[in-house]
Amino acid sequence: MLEIKNLHANINGKEILKGLDLVVRPGEIHAIMGPNGAGKSTLASVLTGNQAFEVTHGDITFYGKNLLELSPEDRSREGIFLSFQYPVEIPGVSMVNFLRAALNEHRKYKNLEPLSATDFLRVMREKKALVEMDNKLANRAVNEGFSGGEKKRNEIFQMAMLEPRLAILDETDSGLDIDALRIVANGVNKLKSPDNASIVITHYQRLLDYIIPDFVHVLYDGRIVKSGGKELALELEERGYDWIKKEVEETV
Amino acid sequence: MKNNEISTLNAAPTVRQEPLEQQYIDLYKEQRESIKKHSSAVMNTSRDESFARFEALGFPTSALENYKYTDLRETLSVDYGLNINRISVPINPYEVFKCDVPGIHSYLYFVVNDAFYPVNDPVHNKLPEGVIIGSVKDLAASHPELLRDYFGKLSTAKNDGLVAFNGAFAQDGFFMYVPKNVVMDRPVQLVNIMRSDVDTMANSHNLIIIEEGSKAQLLVCDHTVDEVRFLSNRVTEVFVGENATYEHYKLENVHTKTTNLSTLLIDQRKSSNVLANVITLHNGITRNTIEIDLDGEGCDTLLCGMVIADKKQEVDNFTSIIHNKPNCNSRELFKYVLDDMSKGGFTGKLLVAKDAQKTAAFQTNRNILLSKTAKMRTKPQLEIWADDVKCSHGATIGSLDESAKFYMQSRGISEKEARLLLMFAFTNDVIENIRIPALQDRMKLLVEKRLRGELSKCEGCVICQ
Repeated sequence: MLEIKNLHANINGKEILKGLDLVVRPGEIHAIMGPNGAGKSTLASVLTGNQAFEVTHGDITFYGKNLLELSPEDRSREGIFLSFQYPVEIPGVSMVNFLRAALNEHRKYKNLEPLSATDFLRVMREKKALVEMDNKLANRAVNEGFSGGEKKRNEIFQMAMLEPRLAILDETDSGLDIDALRIVANGVNKLKSPDNASIVITHYQRLLDYIIPDFVHVLYDGRIVKSGGKELALELEERGYDWIKKEVEETV
Repeated sequence: MKNNEISTLNAAPTVRQEPLEQQYIDLYKEQRESIKKHSSAVMNTSRDESFARFEALGFPTSALENYKYTDLRETLSVDYGLNINRISVPINPYEVFKCDVPGIHSYLYFVVNDAFYPVNDPVHNKLPEGVIIGSVKDLAASHPELLRDYFGKLSTAKNDGLVAFNGAFAQDGFFMYVPKNVVMDRPVQLVNIMRSDVDTMANSHNLIIIEEGSKAQLLVCDHTVDEVRFLSNRVTEVFVGENATYEHYKLENVHTKTTNLSTLLIDQRKSSNVLANVITLHNGITRNTIEIDLDGEGCDTLLCGMVIADKKQEVDNFTSIIHNKPNCNSRELFKYVLDDMSKGGFTGKLLVAKDAQKTAAFQTNRNILLSKTAKMRTKPQLEIWADDVKCSHGATIGSLDESAKFYMQSRGISEKEARLLLMFAFTNDVIENIRIPALQDRMKLLVEKRLRGELSKCEGCVICQ
């Protein structure tokens, strides 16, 4: 579904991604790990079309479409979802209005009629249960005054509402206690299907105890320098990243 | 003669241009008796005094601290007509005006230009006992005892050229009297309609008396129906008695050739509660002066406002809250969304007198500029003489939050819709402070329409296109 070829990207003139390749097929879960500053979040931003980043070289296709030509909103409507590392607070915009606007734009893109108020509320109720989301939060403004854990749970709730084909979880585990982590991971697992895929960006192996990846990639200095199965994550947890850095430097 | 003309032009620095005020000073002197004849004794009491004050002060200019953000030179140079002899204006507002707020079920009154239009609404007969609503001019004649102690008491001594001008020229206005312990069962709505075939100026003076323990809500709407230039200069005095509750909503939706100058003066007595909410949806040039005096302990005041402006619209809200007595709370919240070449001004003057201990006063002014050419000038002005108070103020000018916009786009919401949701959210807390549910619902819709660009002019008007 997703094919990234030789991707180079800058922010403020500084090159962060330096020739990244990745292929994701339906049903797969890919974990991307790596030290700070390797370019993990940049990859998430580039995939979702954040204007702050400039793609200087390379291609990204999503189901055969050139992703780089699509606006952020069209990427979302095509089925790409990012669970933000730092979800944004939007005072004054209620969760209900926000999600209804989003959901109906997705439906319009697929030439479907907007959901009726009753149907929308029913869907919302079902998905809320999935991530054990507090009713009170759903009635508030988007992320406003939410705790770190509540914000992350809200991301998974939105993901459940929008049913993406490719979900990118950017450090979704950071700032979560173990209960919240379990709930978030459960939500992700319940949404898993043979038709959709996930890219899990994380620092620590911890989340991967709950969301079992099919592939683990190490991102270092703007490129994927090592790929393996889920056991690679355990090895990284044990040995850190220095041996990988050494390996890379030796190859160079 | 041609040569002469040229030489006159060349000698420009020595030629004294007649000041803008002169024609009005001459007019007053010539028409003094007519003005008085077509008004009433109570209104005439301080008329000459007001005129003398205007002669001394002139029209305010932006050189004055309180008018720093209002530039009236161009609009005052227009040759407006004044209807001193009260020639009736051919319009029946009850037929022409369709209220844009369905379900408000108000007691409805009109001021056409500067004259109170005769009441022609059967609902008027259902006013609670003792409540009097009508023309200031007529009621000042029939009930002088009711008006005498109040009329001009807040305005006459003001050191303000526009208020003085109004005192000299206003001949009529809207009057509302709610006696002790009466709770109004529905809102009162006053619609100012500007109707004329020639450029016209209107001066009206409203008086509102809410006695001890009473409750009333007033919605003032400004509308224009013709394509000429209008200038309105309105003064409203409000007296809110002990334990009384008064809500004042002002909704401005007029065409771009209109200048609205409005002064709202409110006097609050012990434990009274006042909400004033002034909303400019569409306008030309607007200057609102709002002064609230807290003259008793335990008062509560909430002053809100919102401005949505684009093209070359200008809105200046000058506000002043004076805490004279202890234990009063005041909150102030103003929000502006400015696009194109529009200009906004806000002054938040707060004075806490030496004896006004335990005052709590909070002021917020937040502004969004949508274009590089829009301008906002804001000035909190706090003078605190008491030492045991809680006061704060905050003013910000910024653009739309890009990260919030991207967050919404990443959920599939288009950029246009995301901007709209953000702007709507930005203004929402002012709309939340409307306590008439039907009006609040309607405002949400009107603001949304306005932000979408669908309400770029008032009904039936072709000027603003």
